[in-house]
Amino acid sequence: MSPLIFLLLAALTVASALTVVVHKNPVHSACALVLTLCLLAVFFVGLDAQLVALLQVIVYAGAIVVLFLFVIMLLNLQVETRAMAGALLVGSAAAGGVALAALIFAALGRTVAPAAAVPAGFGETAALARQLFTAYLLPFELTSVLLLVAIVGAVALARKPT
Amino acid sequence: MADAAITAAKALFIILLVVQVMGLGVFFERKVSALIQDRIGANRAAILGFAGLGLVNTLIADPVKFLLKEDVVPAGTDRVLHFLAPVLSLVPVLVTFAVVPFGDVLEVGSRTINLQAADLNVGILYILAMVSLAVYGVVLGGWASNNRWSLLGGIRGSAQMISYEIAMGLALVGVVLAYGTLDLQAMARAQGHLLWGWLPAWGILYQPVAFLIFMTAGVAESKRIPFDLPEAESELVSGYFTEYSGPKHLMFMMSDFVEVVLVACLVTTLFFGGWQVPYLVRDGFHLPWGAALALPSWAVALLQVTSFALKLVFFTWLQIVIRWTLPRFRYDQLMRLGWQGLLPLGLANVVVSALVIVLAAGPAA
Amino acid sequence: MTPPLAWYLGLSAVLFAIGVLGVVVRRNVIVIFMAIELMLNAVNLTFVALARSLGSIDGQVIVFFVTTVAAAEAAVGLAIILSMFRNRETTNADELATLKW
Repeated sequence: MSPLIFLLLAALTVASALTVVVHKNPVHSACALVLTLCLLAVFFVGLDAQLVALLQVIVYAGAIVVLFLFVIMLLNLQVETRAMAGALLVGSAAAGGVALAALIFAALGRTVAPAAAVPAGFGETAALARQLFTAYLLPFELTSVLLLVAIVGAVALARKPT
Repeated sequence: MADAAITAAKALFIILLVVQVMGLGVFFERKVSALIQDRIGANRAAILGFAGLGLVNTLIADPVKFLLKEDVVPAGTDRVLHFLAPVLSLVPVLVTFAVVPFGDVLEVGSRTINLQAADLNVGILYILAMVSLAVYGVVLGGWASNNRWSLLGGIRGSAQMISYEIAMGLALVGVVLAYGTLDLQAMARAQGHLLWGWLPAWGILYQPVAFLIFMTAGVAESKRIPFDLPEAESELVSGYFTEYSGPKHLMFMMSDFVEVVLVACLVTTLFFGGWQVPYLVRDGFHLPWGAALALPSWAVALLQVTSFALKLVFFTWLQIVIRWTLPRFRYDQLMRLGWQGLLPLGLANVVVSALVIVLAAGPAA
Repeated sequence: MTPPLAWYLGLSAVLFAIGVLGVVVRRNVIVIFMAIELMLNAVNLTFVALARSLGSIDGQVIVFFVTTVAAAEAAVGLAIILSMFRNRETTNADELATLKW
């Protein structure tokens, strides 16, 4: 992807991420989150990760945020009058955030990452699946157990007490 | 530069094809429903007193009426979401057509143009992703209407859509197992293979159960009868798009028909050979008893596109006939069918398909 | 010319910092949750960018797992929020902070 497109999309991503965090209406925050996730999927496609990009859209933007929206609507959350904590906390958190970003930027300057030419078929389903089912088989099976536990747990927690 | 122009031309072609079939869908809806219900369809519209064109007058009058209506936004609603919901309902389903192949190749001069707007190697997942995004139109439409019946319709609709997405995904897993690829154009090409020398190996021969599951889940995704409780006319007025008028209502209705065309496109591509004409290969007909008929490349492409369009029209018609024949499911029956009927059936299909493929490949696999 | 790796990592750092800001500053637990998802996605971007830069597909496999774990966590977390809401009728983190009534 050309640097100009990268900068435009990055600016848009940062703007929508700020909207998620700052906006008073939770439904608007959720919509901004969807926009952020879809923009990140565009970045993934630019980084030769087509399968991961589509999985991001299907799972994150298409399911998780829908779940958020359902919960917001179920709880009938209104627009908040006092969205954020006191000024001191906001100020110190903003300073902390800037410090964190500065720290990460400084650490980046020290990385010497080789720009390797990617092998053919990088980012395609076959390559990912080959790694997933051979080298990462145990985490894969454990993740399936984790999902089962999460389903049972969510149902048990959200049921009305009889 | 020329590549971009060619891609734009292909995208334009498929969108125009979809919009034409959608218009035909409205035509079928009116006339086929009239035939089924033993009445004459819409024949009241007239242009300057001339009613001779019959239904075409109605097809012109309807969109014009919608576009000229006043856009009423109910008081106390969120105007941004009210504006965004129809867009989120229509745009994802329109964008899905980028990966649908409408022909094999077209040879222009020295170029071989693949007749598919975007040749993704993960085409099927792209379709699932866009269908997942279409849920937002329903959810936000119900919420932004400030009307409890719209909200009810919106919640029901989105719960139904996400439930049947799972069944659709499992049917697609079966198809992916049968073809070994996620790319739609590769699947369409693989269906030109002849079984036992004479039978075109269309997808329905490999995955009949997946066809049934996909067709049911597709009709449920587009919220048509028998699954149209979210917009049940006799119960919720128009459900989640009650409070929308004018162009926004038109966009919701368009998204309904475009999804019908999408399901028809996918069923055609995955299970009925897509653009394949039996015994037609790139240089002409090769009939099983040995005869051959050579054809120029543009004629082959034209035949393939026509075959695709005809199959598309057939499946659109089929969905409309289903709509006007069956009664509507109750909501608990609908959810029970999705979770306790289609989901286990889809899982069983995947397991059996995988077993058959492994056993048929022999001990070398 | 593709953007250098440092740009992607920088964007990821900014998104992560915005997520941290959201978790610390906002009082509505659901928005806090959304900020957590933002942080997870920033990390996903880092992994994918480094996978491309190092030519190793392992980065994308890890992203697959992070996405799945985030989905499981979101489901359970929202169920917890629902049941707390049933008891306390509030989603304000300050009011939910004490376990005792």
